[in-house]
Parts: sequence; C-alpha cells; structure tokens
Amino acid sequence: MQNEPKHLLFIEDLKKVYKNKVVLDDIDLAVSKGEFCTLVGPSGCGKSTLLKLILGQERTTSGRILMEGRELLLPSDSIGIVYQKYSLYPHLTILENIMLGKQLPVSLWRSFLKKKAIRLEAMHYLESVQLAEHADKYPHQLSGGMQQRVAIAQALIMKPKILLMDEPFGALDPGTREIMQVLILELWEQNRMTIFFVTHDLEEAVFLGTRILVVSQYYTHETNGKQGVNLGSRIVSDYALNRNGASSPQIKETAEFGQLIQRIRNEGFDPKQCQTASEFNLEHFDSFQTFG
Amino acid sequence: MRNKKIWFFGLYADPPVLLRVILALLPFVLLAVLYLAASNIRHAENPHDKLLPTVSKIVKAIENTGFKKNKRTGTYLLWHDTLASLKRLIIGIMSSAVIGFVLGLNMGLLPGINNLLMAFITFIANIPPLAILPILFISFGVDELGKVMLIFLGTFPLITRDIYLAVKKIPEENIVKALTLGASQTAVIYRVVYPQVIPRLIETVRLSLGSAWLFLIAAEAIASQSGLGYRIFLVRRYLSMDIIIVYVCWITFLAFLADFMLRKLISYKFPWYNLQRSN
Repeated sequence: MQNEPKHLLFIEDLKKVYKNKVVLDDIDLAVSKGEFCTLVGPSGCGKSTLLKLILGQERTTSGRILMEGRELLLPSDSIGIVYQKYSLYPHLTILENIMLGKQLPVSLWRSFLKKKAIRLEAMHYLESVQLAEHADKYPHQLSGGMQQRVAIAQALIMKPKILLMDEPFGALDPGTREIMQVLILELWEQNRMTIFFVTHDLEEAVFLGTRILVVSQYYTHETNGKQGVNLGSRIVSDYALNRNGASSPQIKETAEFGQLIQRIRNEGFDPKQCQTASEFNLEHFDSFQTFG
Repeated sequence: MRNKKIWFFGLYADPPVLLRVILALLPFVLLAVLYLAASNIRHAENPHDKLLPTVSKIVKAIENTGFKKNKRTGTYLLWHDTLASLKRLIIGIMSSAVIGFVLGLNMGLLPGINNLLMAFITFIANIPPLAILPILFISFGVDELGKVMLIFLGTFPLITRDIYLAVKKIPEENIVKALTLGASQTAVIYRVVYPQVIPRLIETVRLSLGSAWLFLIAAEAIASQSGLGYRIFLVRRYLSMDIIIVYVCWITFLAFLADFMLRKLISYKFPWYNLQRSN
C-alpha cells in the first residue's frame, strides 16, 4: 500500500495523544480521488482532531499523513476547508471573500493588476452557489445558509485537491440543511471533487457519502480486552455506498436507509455495545489495517 | 395601565424624544445656573472678584486670547498654544498607535514574539509614567521630545495590549482558512488579520486620548514655553480664572471633537465593525 499514487490521502498508523489522553489510535485510512467521504462518530471521538491533523494544523504523535505522497507541515492551498462558522472574513464583502483565494497567493501589486479577471472568476463561483445578487453585502447581512454557500464558493475557487468540511451544516435549520446537502452533491458531481465531510448527524452522513467512516471510542481492544474509557478512537466501520448520480432527499424515507443508520448507530454510537477490534466492519475496498 | 409608557423611572423607562433632549441638557443648565448665581453673589460683595469671573469677563478673555495679537509675543495666544499642544499630542499618540499596533499584532499571532515581549510590556505598563517624567526630561530634554516621550510611554502599553487581545479574539479557523487560501505566514499577519484589527486600533486610540491629554498638560505645566497646559499654569499665578475657564472649555471641546471624529471615521470607513459584533 506504500505511497500508492491512486490514493489522494493516505494515513498510516496515526496516533494522537494529548497530555495523557489518547484521542486517536491506530488510524489507517486511504482515500481515493473523487470520493465523497463522510466521517461520523459520537461527540468527543476526535473527529475534529483528525481534521486538524489532516490540515497540518497539528502534529501527529506517531504515524504519518500523506497528501499525494507528501507530508503537510502547515495548512496549505492543496486543501480546502469549510467550517461550521468563521469561514468568512467579516471585513470583506461576499465577492471579496471569494476573491481572496486568488489574491493572497500573489503580491499586492499583482493582485491589483489582475483584479478585473479575479473579480470575474469570483463572480462565476458566486453564481454557482446562486448568490450573485448578494456580491456587495457583508457576511453578517446574510443568513446562516447563505454564509455557508459563500464559504463553499470561497473554498472552491482554489480548486483544492480535497475539500474538508467540518460540520458545515450543523448550525442550519432542517429545511436549509437539506437544500445545502443537495447543493453540495451537485457541486461535487460537477467539479469532480474529493470531499471529506465530518458530521455528527448520521442521516446526513449516509445521505451524502459514497463512503462512510465511523470513528468511535466504543470498542473492545483485541489484545488487552479494554473497553471504552481510555481507548483512543479508531475507525470501527467503513462502508462503500453505491451512488448513481446525485440522489434526491426521498431516499431518506426508504427502509434500507433507516436500517443502515441503525446499524451504524449500534456499531459506533452505543457505549454499551462494543465490538472487538478484529470484528470491525471494514468493507470498503480502500480499507486496510496495519498493526504497527 | 398596561399600555402606559414609563417616562423616567425603572428598568423599562422609555422617555419620549423631547424629554430625552431635556434630560440630556439638564445637568449643563444646572451647572451654568449654579455658576452664575455664585458669581453674582461674589461680585455683589466685591466687584473686582477674580475667582468666579462674570460672563462679560469671560467673553473679554476669549477676545484677548483668541482674536487679538498679544502685545508681548505678537501672536494670537490661543491659536499659538493650540498648535503647539496639538503637535505634541498628535506626534505622541500617532507613534504609540503605530508601534503599539505592530507589537500587538505580532504578539497576538506569533507565540515566539509574544514570549519575548509580553513580560517586558507588562513591566513598562506598570510604571506610572508621571513618576519617570524627571527621567524623561533629563534624558530627552525639556523640549518637544521629552513631552512626546511621556505621551508615548503613557499610552503605547495599553494600545499594545488591547490590540494583542483583539488579535487573540480572532478565531483560529479564520487563520487556518487564510493559509488554505494560499496566504503565506506574513500575508496572514499583514493582509488578513491587520485589516480586521484596524478599527479596533482607532477605537483604542480614541479611548487613550484621555490619558494622552493628561500627560500632555502635565508635561507642559512643568517645563514649557507654549501650549495649552503651559498657559493655564502660567496665568494661575495671576489668578486669571477667566483665561483658565476659556482654555479648559477649549480643551474639552477639542477632546470631544477628536472623539467624535474618530467614532465617525469607524462607522464610515468600517461599516462592518459595529454591526458584526451585534450578531
């Protein structure tokens, strides 16, 4: 599996320890191009920590993370990120927020000369999230859902190799949330993106993902038989979902959909049900485990 | 009674517009009445009283200082003093704004710089500036530099620490995001965080102006040949209350004007600043 180029993101034997607490333990993960990966897990399982590690914002305690075979030491423009909030800059208008990704990498002078072209390109991205008429407003003048759409456009203009999303729709009301879910699926398809989507909402994860990763601290260690409390979270299941085109929200009503959610809930979210690590349901074809 | 408006008392008072204006003016009117009454009483006893000059004497003082050339110096005293004082004040506060801003910005973002400077700035901030005024006069001279240094030392630690806190309040996400948008570390500081903190700088400068005036007048009172503070302490020897009152009102007006203009500057130039905080 070493550095296999078909994998965009490759994580091996990752372990993260804060002070004396093991947060993540023995995470092995390979993500292929074009995948819509959703990551779910109970609160406190280290989802956000994993995201920070992938971004290069924090260092691993051991193990390594490779983006196209290279290690990231700082957050860089090869990764895009959309947060639940604080993705936008309050002092810039909507259009300026989107233009930023084209301006920051070049000198002030160059970005001044190219301003017209950048403006045009940013406008195109703003149109793709259907917000063209709000170009000159400030972020605080938009609703939560609109702000998140701007944040997505802001990240997309960089054409990142992988787009990380950290509970991007967590603060939205159910109706807006569903609209946003459909929008992100459309954008994913149009732009052939690779998305790594963190959420605590199982329904959202199952609806969006082509691959679902369940990270949880609720399992039984295969050798020492310990359970729950001081174990670092691991990937306890890894599902491949077939998706033929952007699905409509109606599939949320089907029985299979509900059953899968129930299954994941049992595997990852119930502290009383701990599977032994050797029984983990890692059915995805990219899934692998090494014990280092 | 449910729909009756409460005019003045209690947590839910909602005074009508006219009452608001009257209420705001009331303390001023009271002060004026009190002054005029006291002045009248004193003048009834002694027509040459200097302590509480009459309105006509104050008007005369305005004329003499503001609109007549002084016989000895050949200048319009009030304008001459104002110019001298404002020059010191502006140079002092501007240099502490610039230096406080650069320090606070870098300390807030760079842990290394923060470690290097935080303890030292805290140390400086705790020195009462007036206590080292003699040292400043001895080392920087009793001319302009000594006075400017007093204003600078008195205001820059506060500005530095306030900018530092404002930078610290910017969410981590905001900075990581900039890096993913291709910003270099320098660009994060000077192209992403810097413009977000500028309005806060104007606001701290606005609040620091009060102490800047204090240091200015203290320095001018002790050693100077011109300036608003100098004049006040000079004419005190002749008990010229009329001139003192004119000067104090003028200084108050200047301070109010500066405060007002800086506040307007923020709301015109940075419309997002006050609004985003209410969210």
